[in-house]
Amino acid sequence: MAEGNVAEKVKQIFADYKKIEPADVSTNATFEELGFDSLDGLNIVFELEEEFDIVIPDDKAQEMKSVGQIITEIEALLEAKDSGVEAG
Amino acid sequence: MRKVVITGIGIVSPIGADKSAFWESLAVGRSGIGPITKVDTAELRFKNAAEVKGFDASSHFDERQMMMLDPFAHFGIVAAREAITDAGFAADEKFGSRVGIVTGSCLGGKETEDAFFYDLYANKKNRVPPIAIPRSMSNSVASHVSMEFGVTGATFTTSTACSSANHAIGQAFWLIRQGTLDAAIAGGSEAPLCYGNLKAWEAMRVVSPDTCRPFSSDRNGMILGEGGAMLMLETEESALKRGTKIYAEVAGFGMSADAHHLTMPLAEGAARAMQNALDDARLSPAEVGYINAHGTATQANDVMESNAIRLVFGDHTDSIAVSSTKSMHGHTLGAAGALEAAATVLGLHNELLPPTANFTELDPEIKLDVIAGGAREAAPGAALSNSFAFGGLNAVLAFRRYTG
Repeated sequence: MAEGNVAEKVKQIFADYKKIEPADVSTNATFEELGFDSLDGLNIVFELEEEFDIVIPDDKAQEMKSVGQIITEIEALLEAKDSGVEAG
Repeated sequence: MRKVVITGIGIVSPIGADKSAFWESLAVGRSGIGPITKVDTAELRFKNAAEVKGFDASSHFDERQMMMLDPFAHFGIVAAREAITDAGFAADEKFGSRVGIVTGSCLGGKETEDAFFYDLYANKKNRVPPIAIPRSMSNSVASHVSMEFGVTGATFTTSTACSSANHAIGQAFWLIRQGTLDAAIAGGSEAPLCYGNLKAWEAMRVVSPDTCRPFSSDRNGMILGEGGAMLMLETEESALKRGTKIYAEVAGFGMSADAHHLTMPLAEGAARAMQNALDDARLSPAEVGYINAHGTATQANDVMESNAIRLVFGDHTDSIAVSSTKSMHGHTLGAAGALEAAATVLGLHNELLPPTANFTELDPEIKLDVIAGGAREAAPGAALSNSFAFGGLNAVLAFRRYTG
């Protein structure tokens, strides 16, 4: 999967969840800035796992606090998946 | 005001399938946490839980009863039978209208639903057995115990997630104290270890991949457990008249709602429930020497609970011994308050406070005297048992050591 594609999809997931335009989801935006609490965070992680067909380990999920962090993490997990390496 | 005492205790737990075995484990700090055997864990991120061991339901129920009962009912009914006989009543006692039952359960017959709905969705069956509804209803324990023992007074079930059993025992206590009942069987039971429910807990990301270490700096989540516990409550007058042993006095009960967040607990809410229990018991904070904590070993709960205890007890907190027995019997959700009330009451009675197992090093953010490394000999005048639920619903029981 092309890198740009991941960022786009992640932003689309946030946009759908927040009912806003993807263009309004900044890469630097933190969960706090987006008005997310821990339960919103869990829901987003669930959506990401479904969208990318990956397993995000609990410790990685806990570290995810911004859109940019999530994009980087998802790219790493997809790469690990493509090369057949078990993540986490 | 009528004094309410505990005269019977019944247990089915991961650390002992009766009261004596349960206490023996608590006294030596033996944990019942281990690999899940009830379901295939290949696709689960966590593999451990606290399962009930050494318990064969079919030795307690005939075939017809087995057809009617979910595992959560096996645990609850067997615990109720033990509480009744432990209190000196006959195994075929018929109690009548001055006795009631209040049971707690978060999930009811989830194992039954999981299995029957699997047949429906995955195996494409077109019908569900007629016993599905009565077997999975959350009040089935209360109903079966009422029929078995002819209990015809106030009988019902509370469901407030992880506070269910404390709410149940608290209601039973108040019903006796205010004169509605003379005695009650109260507690809770839970059987949460079915695949659908384990997957739902996995999504919450609060379950430890290894074990439950409450208040420890290296804690990494809760461990689910199954089981049941019931208490026989009655007036002190009735207990003395019958000449039966008294474990402890139920001194007070307090509840509150955080009105804050579905899954993030609030110290002020938990503190209000503890304060309400003290006020209800007419206890001064200085009389409390032990708290059986909610102590789930999640990041959020344990720090919050430490802050809440400090809010209520101030400097006296340093003189209160605290432990979380969930480190041994796991988090049994709707049964948790009942197992922990039993642990608290047995601790007061035996003058030995159960420890926190698996504890390595105190989290610097937690300012409590955590009992670790073994049970502690002590005879506090009073103790609290805390339960705080998802949804912000808190319930706290206060007990006095009974000295006659």
